[in-house]
Amino acid sequence: MAPRPDPIDPAAVESLRAGLEEAAQARLGRSLAIRHVNTGSCNGCELELRALHGVLYELERFGIKFVESPLHADVLLVTGPLTRNLAAAMVQARDATPDPKWVVAVGDCAVDGGVYRGSYAVLGGAGMGVPVDLLIRGCPPSPGTILAGLRTLLEANLN
Amino acid sequence: MTTVDAILRDAPAEICRPWLRHILRHDEWIALAQAAVAEARVLVALWADTAKVHALFLDPAGLTIIAVSTPAEAGSYPALSPFLPGAALYERMIHDLWGHQATGAADVRPWLDHGHWLLSQPMSTRPGPPGQPGQPGVPNYFEPGDTMILPLGPIWGPLDEAAHLRLSVAGPTIRHADALLGFTHKGTLALMRGKSPRIAARFAARLSGDATVAHSVAFSRAVEAAMEVEVPARAVALRIAMMEIERVAVHLDTLAEVGRLADSPIVRSRCSLLRETLVRASDIAFGHRLMMDCAIPGGVAADIAESGSEAILRALGDIASQLSSIRRLHDGAALSSRLVGVGRAGGALAASLGVGGVVGRASGYAFDARIGFVSDYGQFAPRIAVRHDGDAAARQHQRIFEIEESLRLIGAALDYLPDGPVTVALPQVSGEGIGCAESVRGDVWHWLRLDHGQIAAVFPRDPGWALWPLAERVLEGAAAEDIDLIRASLALNASGMDL
Ligand code: SF4
Repeated sequence: MAPRPDPIDPAAVESLRAGLEEAAQARLGRSLAIRHVNTGSCNGCELELRALHGVLYELERFGIKFVESPLHADVLLVTGPLTRNLAAAMVQARDATPDPKWVVAVGDCAVDGGVYRGSYAVLGGAGMGVPVDLLIRGCPPSPGTILAGLRTLLEANLN
Repeated sequence: MTTVDAILRDAPAEICRPWLRHILRHDEWIALAQAAVAEARVLVALWADTAKVHALFLDPAGLTIIAVSTPAEAGSYPALSPFLPGAALYERMIHDLWGHQATGAADVRPWLDHGHWLLSQPMSTRPGPPGQPGQPGVPNYFEPGDTMILPLGPIWGPLDEAAHLRLSVAGPTIRHADALLGFTHKGTLALMRGKSPRIAARFAARLSGDATVAHSVAFSRAVEAAMEVEVPARAVALRIAMMEIERVAVHLDTLAEVGRLADSPIVRSRCSLLRETLVRASDIAFGHRLMMDCAIPGGVAADIAESGSEAILRALGDIASQLSSIRRLHDGAALSSRLVGVGRAGGALAASLGVGGVVGRASGYAFDARIGFVSDYGQFAPRIAVRHDGDAAARQHQRIFEIEESLRLIGAALDYLPDGPVTVALPQVSGEGIGCAESVRGDVWHWLRLDHGQIAAVFPRDPGWALWPLAERVLEGAAAEDIDLIRASLALNASGMDL
């Protein structure tokens, strides 16, 4: 017996899919290209990004694809608190991404440093290094939450 | 040559529940470590507090542990790395966090401190001014030069990790590999210090997302040992279910990732789908997909939801029904030709570095902390498999075997589930303890000292401390094009040891 994929609620997924694809086409005329940037994550957020990336959510259907270089990215998905050891790398990733670009903080750590706020080794959330366009909370946020956040981003930037 | 037992017999000791921690002079410290090597004992961890350096040795045959300490007199202690290669990274970490110098160390380059922190030696009684970025040996993301740098994220690498491998390559073959970590250092130990165990547990749970339950349980056991409290039987069974669910979910994730890199979209899609089915069931049962913060000192945070067991058992049924076909796919010519012989780790290497987990057991090193060190498993009697090929194929098969065994353990734990409370109150006492758990990547150990119910000192040992040095050796002589596959197959992960 095949496992039941049951991705969140099917109706919600369909509305997400339609919304995202339409927005990506209208905004970009193509898929939204995402580059993941780890600025100090515990890897919990990565596990959920990998689930999002996995076939389960058939990202291409949503008008989204992951790319391997910031040079080809529209969106930087940032995970983890911004560690001091990676602060310069984060800025470099942003500078390497062509305009127009968006930075999305994924997970409580990237939103505001999470439990690591105040550490000698952590600057805080991604916003301490680069301007951030969208915050997606959760520790870690589920794949469905991340998708919904991306749709919000695209819709807000349609006009 | 003297023996470990002879040295310990005459040494004073402090209580470090459930064991003793022996205090050694510098000459005894060296003699003990040399005797331990001669007796095939394994260095599990090396760490410090403000006054002493501590080591944990394991006898994998007799299943005994010894904990020893030596003073860091005038800021220094004798290095173990000249004859115990597995000590080298720990000595660099101890210097960066506490400032104690390992006299005669094999490698004195910085490890965690890349010169960017607000202060240096943050765990010492008197931290120093910030170090300097760009010193020789300080890892740098923008390193130019003639060596080939393989960055694993966060910018240019194809992967999710934030770490570096510095490689020298001759034609298609890797000659030498040097791992550079510390990029994700978050100051975890300083944040845990001075907090109550329940609050500090949130940091233990975030050392490494793929082992959040295992780290939480090992930390909790250390607290419970130090406080001499007994966890209710229902919580013990729920923790076992959670740890085994985590093992299955993360093994499925690794099978999927290796499948992707070995050009098997079908393994990738099936395993990631099954992983998703299971983590949704965890969400229903425990209120969190990864079960983060669900195991806490004194028990578990909440009882399993009413429909939880049913959801979990349904997911287990889905996984069980597909395991044999996933195994057959790995036996097929397409996948085995890609995996056999790739990333081979020898048994002697695994044993000398103390690499347990899937990587150790697939290389003939038969250690699993569930046998001998986690008494809770007693009645469920986990079965352990050992393979000898040590390559990526053996590791995939080892993972499939372990999934099957974990399915049985989860079912048994949920079936057994005795009635009763799921937590016990924690007293405000002082004490010292060690706890351990078998995570998906190998044995996790937490040591801590409590002062009137607050964390005075703590150190978590993630399996990464042993896996990364092994990865360096495995990569030497490997084909450069296999790097990603080898990394995924070893399940290398930086955060747990970056602290
Ligand atoms: S938000 Fe949570 S899961 Fe994500 S990196 Fe931070 S601690 Fe890990």
